[in-house]
Amino acid sequence: MKLDDPLTRYVVRLGDDALIMGHRLSEWMSRAPFLEEDIALSNVALDFVGRARLFYQYAAELMGGEVTEDSFAYQRDVRDFTNLLLCELPRGDFAFTLCRQFLYDAFSLPFTQALCQSADPQLAAIAAKAEKESQYHLRRSRDWMLRLGDGTAESHERCQNALEQLWIYTDEIFECDELVDDLVAAGVAVDTRSLRSVWLETVTETLHAATLVVPEAQGAVTGGRDGIHTDDLGFLLAEMQFMQRAYPGLKW
Amino acid sequence: MNRAKADCIPLLPVEELARRRRRHESSVGDIWTLLDDVMDPEIPVISLYELGVLQDISRDGDTVKLVLTPTYIGCPALGIMEEDARAALTAGGYAQVTVETRLAPAWTTAWLTPEARRKMAEYGVASPEAGGTTCPQCGSANTEVISEFGSTACKSLFRCVACYEPFDVFKAL
Ligand SMILES: [Zn+2]
Repeated sequence: MKLDDPLTRYVVRLGDDALIMGHRLSEWMSRAPFLEEDIALSNVALDFVGRARLFYQYAAELMGGEVTEDSFAYQRDVRDFTNLLLCELPRGDFAFTLCRQFLYDAFSLPFTQALCQSADPQLAAIAAKAEKESQYHLRRSRDWMLRLGDGTAESHERCQNALEQLWIYTDEIFECDELVDDLVAAGVAVDTRSLRSVWLETVTETLHAATLVVPEAQGAVTGGRDGIHTDDLGFLLAEMQFMQRAYPGLKW
Repeated sequence: MNRAKADCIPLLPVEELARRRRRHESSVGDIWTLLDDVMDPEIPVISLYELGVLQDISRDGDTVKLVLTPTYIGCPALGIMEEDARAALTAGGYAQVTVETRLAPAWTTAWLTPEARRKMAEYGVASPEAGGTTCPQCGSANTEVISEFGSTACKSLFRCVACYEPFDVFKAL
């Protein structure tokens, strides 16, 4: 699927972040450490998939013709996906999933708040819905950081290891390319560079309270916005898209 | 600004006021009434109107147009609400129905009326109150959160310290 219109490309990016994050969370269904947590992870997954649907529906509307929300989810190859690499990393252990979630939620809240001011009314409307949920998400993932970081020696170590592995993927969140810059100038997109300091403040405050250490910068891995992904995304899509690939147009 | 404080006269949010006005000034009052029988599939004691999901109804020739707004983005019940509303309209003689999903203004628990909150509590689901969460079984204010993410996207799971019953709470949104 070839996307030319800048607004459509931006909307699809936001949809891709939400869908891939939601799918990774959904992999925990029936595997979480205890029942309440299983339900909570599934609920957050549902919020993200719901968010993806709104972005994809809007992108489909912008494109017109035969394109639907499902076209974006099921009929694109790995190089067409433009999500952040952070979202696609395998779920790892429970600490890894929650650390990833915390790092993302700490960004997602100020991001959705800023997107509420978008000059594009539909993006602003989606953001106004997502922002309220993001507050719940961040509160919960922050609680888990405190519980795991300031928990047992093992939970602390697993958390710290996860943060060290995740840290090089956080730079990409605040990268802006020409597409974003043009849309920022038009008042449509959010300049994520401006959110870095508030994100780092939240992360630093929480990690300190959780007796964890903010990792040292070791460089940055990027490429997701250009469709350059880790091997893991291909496997994720193979599973997620299987039914539509095997039985195109299948409905249930 | 906190509009939902229990100890002051409840103020109707402007969006909710506008919605009620749309109903009262509507030329299709009978359709609003017809849809009062369509309940939230997850809390089947309050209607789509009381929940705030049913935002507007209009009629163009033979076609009835509904405007719905989702509670939570990922709420799978919205699809069921739409189906139930269509079924009720079909049964009431309105076969042509279109449904628009409108996101703005974003749904909030502040739109729930005291009447809707009372019905929910009787059903066993506590509603968000500024003064703290009370147990829908025994009325005790001595309650604690078990999980912020409960049986559905819109509910948290609480426990009553007085009577030990676990119960759902509609999340403040
Ligand atoms: Zn009780």
